Amino acid sequence: MNPAISEPRWLRWTLVGAALAFMALFLFLPLAIVFAEALKKGWEVYVASLLDDDALAALRLTLIAAAVSVPLNLAFGLAAAWALAKFDFKGKSLLLSLIDLPFAVSPVIAGLIFVLIFGLQGWFGAWLQDHDVRIIFALPGIVLATVFVTVPFVARELIPLMQAQGTEQEEAAHVLGASGWQMFRRVTLPNVRWALLYGVILCNARAMGEFGAVSVVSGHVRGETNTLPLHIEVAYNDYQFAAAFAVASLLAGLALVTLALKFLVERRLQNQLRKALQ
Amino acid sequence: MAASVPWTRPFSRLLGRQHSVLPGFDLSLGLALLYLGLLVLLPLSAAFIKTSTLSGSAFLDAVASPRALASYRLSFGMAALAALLNAGAGLLVAWVLVRYRFPLRRLVDAFVDLPFALPTAVAGIALTALYAPNGWVGQWLPFKVAFTPLGVWVALVFIGLPFVVRTLQPVLEELSHEREEAAATLGASRWQTLTRVVLPTLVPALLTGFALAFARGVGEYGSVIFIAGNMPMISEITPLLIITKLEQYDYAGATAIAVVMLVASFALLLSINVLQAWTRRRQGER
Repeated sequence: MNPAISEPRWLRWTLVGAALAFMALFLFLPLAIVFAEALKKGWEVYVASLLDDDALAALRLTLIAAAVSVPLNLAFGLAAAWALAKFDFKGKSLLLSLIDLPFAVSPVIAGLIFVLIFGLQGWFGAWLQDHDVRIIFALPGIVLATVFVTVPFVARELIPLMQAQGTEQEEAAHVLGASGWQMFRRVTLPNVRWALLYGVILCNARAMGEFGAVSVVSGHVRGETNTLPLHIEVAYNDYQFAAAFAVASLLAGLALVTLALKFLVERRLQNQLRKALQ
Repeated sequence: MAASVPWTRPFSRLLGRQHSVLPGFDLSLGLALLYLGLLVLLPLSAAFIKTSTLSGSAFLDAVASPRALASYRLSFGMAALAALLNAGAGLLVAWVLVRYRFPLRRLVDAFVDLPFALPTAVAGIALTALYAPNGWVGQWLPFKVAFTPLGVWVALVFIGLPFVVRTLQPVLEELSHEREEAAATLGASRWQTLTRVVLPTLVPALLTGFALAFARGVGEYGSVIFIAGNMPMISEITPLLIITKLEQYDYAGATAIAVVMLVASFALLLSINVLQAWTRRRQGER
């Protein structure tokens, strides 16, 4: 390396060491202690904590919430990206900001607003009670809150890539007589597959891990309206630390899988984006 | 063609989009707007509508009570202090990852995103176990961290780091060596080059990263509540106060405080957009 535009060797290694020490303290240790605490009382307690009826019910609820919110936000992401990336129209930048809005809202508020609409004192509270429909403190509320906090994930990965790719390929397909659906399925979708996958991975991680928003609308009924993160909270507050950390280790494992997938997809996505921008 | 019929394709007509041969504009924009309207904008408007039914004095009582003020001080103050540390630490991490080569660098790079991927409740109990008086880290510290306002700070440092690193990294990667070489040729010491040539170009990105980390920290709930201790007036963050009020069936009070937070978040979002535009302009200049 050119010494005029780099730092001396000792300084480089000091800086690398400082950065790694900071990351070890603030990132690695929290991850490590999850697994250490989970296995502190041995395998049997660990496995029993995961196979506990309430834990399994929480797992089921978490999978349902993700299974609904990911496809919904995937469809939204595709529609929004198509309109925003392939056409020019008034109010485009406003719409772009609106898509990011859920990221700016505290998760607690994301839960609160659904209580204001569907809760007992809310807009539709009396009507829902008369018709014996439960949204708050039940599955629909949990799904709604999860959808809200994960709205931007797919759209914000698709939009920059589709913008960079332009409209030429689709126009060619269109001119050659492809129907709208054929063009979308054979040209657009293959072109954005890595961005789509990337967005879905991030969306899924957040959907399965969401805590604040879901906490407000769930009511914390064990075995009924607890998702995995809420099950962790309930177990932890009951001083069942081994059980709380066992379930936490499951979600930490999910986080590691997410990081690994992200790592694999990111590079392809960046290469594709770079190529499209040239 | 359908376009000649005045009542079809409302968005094409209304928003005067430029002519394009591609189909699906009205359908895709219509679906996207309907979805955002029903699932995001309408629910958010509920908070403002609920608050507008409050009288002015009732609103002030809710949002300016001593307990609420103490919670803002804690949430906004600790978010700012955590974003400040992250601005420094994030600059260091981003610099090292972009400029130097060391073993496992790409793995370390991927690991920066852990706070994005790890559910906040998991982060919360993990940090509490670490910083509790008998924890791996807590036992070596001469002062208490867990169950004090300092615990809030630790949790927000954890949550905020990737925002700064991921905002700085692309800017550092695009930074050409030529300007640094020019400065060195003109007789600048390495320190002068770094502080007078490199750092100024990073300022917009650094501010953006700070603002993103700060905005996230202000609203953060899951990673904080386990470690904070949650004492009213001392270690109670604003999102927790909202939940406490909800649990006491004080919906109006909870919503009034939520509106204060929403307005602050929207202002932050706006300034982040301005900062990001500035960052892009800076990058374009080079």
